[in-house]
Amino acid sequence: MTTKRTSRRRLAAVSALAVGTLLTATACGGNDDDNGGGGDAAGFNAGVNKVANASDKKGGTLRYVGVQDADSWDTTRMYYGFAIDFSRYYSRTLVSYTAAPGQKSIDLKPDLAKSKGKLSDGGKTYTYELKDGLKWEDGKPITSQDIKYGIERQWAQNVLSGGPVYAKDVLDPDGKYKGPYEGGDFKGIETPDEKTIVFHLPKPNGDFEQMLAMPTNAPVRKDMDKKSKYGLKPFSSGPYKFQSYTPNKNLTLVRNKNWSAKTDNLRKALPDKVKLTLLTNADERDKRLINGDADLDLNQRGMDSQGRTTAIKEHKANVDNPQTGFISYVAFPQSVKPFDNIHCRKAAIYGTDHKSVQTARGGPMAGGDLATNMLPPTVPGWDKNDDQYGIAKGSADVAKAKEELKKCGKPNGFKTTLAVRNTDKSDEKSAEAIQASLKKVGINVEIDPFDGAQGSSIVGNPDVVKKKGYGMVLYGWGPDFPSGQGYGVPLWNSKYILDNGNNNYALIDDKKIDSQFADAIADEDPKSAAKKYAEINKEVMKGAYYLPLTYMKVVQWRASHLTNVYSADAFNGWYDMVNIGVKK
Amino acid sequence: MTAPLHESSADTAVAEPEPAPSGAKKDIEGRSLGRIAWERLKRDKVALIGGAVVLFLVLAAIFAPLITSLIGQSPNERHEDLIDPLFSTPKGSFGGMSGDHLLGVEPVSGRDILARIVYGARVSILVGFLSAFVAVVIGTILGTLAGYFGGWLDTVISRIMDMLLAFPQLLFAISLISVMPNDMLGLTGTGVRLMVMILVIGFFGWPYIGRIVRGQVLSLREREYIEAARSLGAGRRYIIRRELLPNLVAPITVYTTLMIPTNILTEAALSFLGVGVKPPTASWGQMLSNAVEYYESDPMYMIIPGVAIFITVLAFNLFGDGVRDALDPKGTR
Repeated sequence: MTTKRTSRRRLAAVSALAVGTLLTATACGGNDDDNGGGGDAAGFNAGVNKVANASDKKGGTLRYVGVQDADSWDTTRMYYGFAIDFSRYYSRTLVSYTAAPGQKSIDLKPDLAKSKGKLSDGGKTYTYELKDGLKWEDGKPITSQDIKYGIERQWAQNVLSGGPVYAKDVLDPDGKYKGPYEGGDFKGIETPDEKTIVFHLPKPNGDFEQMLAMPTNAPVRKDMDKKSKYGLKPFSSGPYKFQSYTPNKNLTLVRNKNWSAKTDNLRKALPDKVKLTLLTNADERDKRLINGDADLDLNQRGMDSQGRTTAIKEHKANVDNPQTGFISYVAFPQSVKPFDNIHCRKAAIYGTDHKSVQTARGGPMAGGDLATNMLPPTVPGWDKNDDQYGIAKGSADVAKAKEELKKCGKPNGFKTTLAVRNTDKSDEKSAEAIQASLKKVGINVEIDPFDGAQGSSIVGNPDVVKKKGYGMVLYGWGPDFPSGQGYGVPLWNSKYILDNGNNNYALIDDKKIDSQFADAIADEDPKSAAKKYAEINKEVMKGAYYLPLTYMKVVQWRASHLTNVYSADAFNGWYDMVNIGVKK
Repeated sequence: MTAPLHESSADTAVAEPEPAPSGAKKDIEGRSLGRIAWERLKRDKVALIGGAVVLFLVLAAIFAPLITSLIGQSPNERHEDLIDPLFSTPKGSFGGMSGDHLLGVEPVSGRDILARIVYGARVSILVGFLSAFVAVVIGTILGTLAGYFGGWLDTVISRIMDMLLAFPQLLFAISLISVMPNDMLGLTGTGVRLMVMILVIGFFGWPYIGRIVRGQVLSLREREYIEAARSLGAGRRYIIRRELLPNLVAPITVYTTLMIPTNILTEAALSFLGVGVKPPTASWGQMLSNAVEYYESDPMYMIIPGVAIFITVLAFNLFGDGVRDALDPKGTR
């Protein structure tokens, strides 16, 4: 998924500007525990797996601050995680996530629909009936045609690029439909009347509803579709509507009077106004949060080193440290010798000092726990105890690494190159830690930082990887939707080895894994599917294609006067934004 | 600037510095330009201090492995036990300064800062000197050719110099380095980066030397002693090598000593921007860039490489100024 990649990119580009602030910055360590808004903070991790300051009180202004604007506010085009989260302020989907902290959030609940989809035809047909009283921001009813049109827009990739296209791939795997601007009506979705919508899938897919919950499948009204300009002022179907928006500067949402809470039990919509200020400097963002000039970080990538230090030392009660859905890892492209040999891959896994990498990523709080396998904890099927290489104990296993080197035919070690994006400081530091520990077992790692913005054409291009001799690629990954399919298919399925924009860096081409995926995807029961994904993960780890680093955590600021704050697995561990309120 | 004097007035300052036109080394009764300069320099305390610091830095860079083994540290050894895992910064005050780690340790990795500063000096000095050398060689050759032959050759070379002076060299260096392959001419990684940095900085530095040399040659070639040599049948090569170049030694020396610190700063800037030497090789610019993230929580980490760059550049500049004053025949000291 591109979310992480891109958002990290700009964040890091921005932090290079931090130098400029050296001249103007003032120490903020001295201020006492008064964080604007007044009142006591809810306590450390009060918003993790529980609700901080549960409340139903309406009113006030919720102030977001960010260092990065959305890729687009057009629901069809957005891919950044925070944008997908934020879009729920002004868009609704047939089904959406449960308003609850932690893992519970990933259960889908009907949103525009009266109930979850009715399956028929062996899991190939999904039928939904819409609730009564659904209205657009101008008071006109939201119809099933509007939903269909909103979904169809993702076919028009030549005009509306950027967003995920899962529904498109599932409904029209051969790409026959040309999109609403050129192709007219899509036959795979039927709207027998204004209240009913029927999806016909060529093949069953157990995650189809998860895909429908993504904002890509939110309704868009045809007469309001400004095509590529729609993102500047999306037409609201949710509790808030756009009042003003200047890209990269600010955004203000006000209540949508035509939204009725009676039709929506997933969104509390407490504040009267939601304001977003965009800055260019992460250091300033952190200072504003700490000084009480802003309530929440929009981007939710965690605080920078300095802000983190101040926050934890002086305002720990304002800090949440949630588990995100992201994992950082090193992939071993099998096209680069000697990593075509499983024993050489294993040697590198055993030879890495995992603890040292964790410290480089910012320690257990800012970096996250040691990853023992490739599934992130927010994805059903994750099992911490699936630790085939003894990663949990932290230190490098030099003896085993040497043994594997012998089996690989390189008893004296070898040389290789590790590619790391130059836009992510934690990644670069991890690379140095890996380099230092592998040197001790005789593997000499050359670090090659590449331009993170060009990732899809550098490490995403298997030819370039081979030519540059990237035996190791350090990257991060998180699920697009919380299932093994939404997470693992692009990484591990041989079908997803692409010439450009490839994410299967390790070039895993394993018939067994492919067929396991086919089996798991067709499974309509999430519980048994989760078990199957766990098996796939096990198989991937057995092949030693990856060196997992950490299950990423973030240090998040939560202003004292915020109510109803919780991190949700459905949003990769970020706060469920639309349910946050403000104490006046 | 060095204004060459009449060759006839041998009792004042000599026209040709030490290597006499005949090539034969003879004892001159009067003092040579070199000796005059040295005696002037000796009286310039500030320049001498600068020179001493430069010498010290060069020695430190050359003997870096010896120094680090004396203090019992190595630049790439990680001491994660000295790092507070919660904040990634060193435990203890002043960036973890202690008897073992005199200048403290780096945040995150716990590598010894003193060892990295000493090794960082190698990169700075190497790039500073070699790129200046590249600039001097190209600049002197092309500047002399342009000045001596004039005509279309002068026009072409001068325009090239104008062009290069207007070129955004830092941006060019950044883009060039980022597209360089990892392996080149038998070098890998840091080797490639060093070579490219030296060549790029040197290449963009030569017009500064080239202009000075051209100007000098332009005025020198009309002097009587050159004409005398010419009328005696000396060839062009002889005139350039024996009559002109010796008179160019002074301005070239001055510009070289002043160019080195600029080059060191450029190297630091490139490393700061992430296109310098590759990790784990230590460089000052890179340390400074890493330190930005910790300027509040661990200010020592930023101060130390900053001071190292500052002292180095200042020392070179003071020394360079002294050399210039000393070599200036119009100087009063």
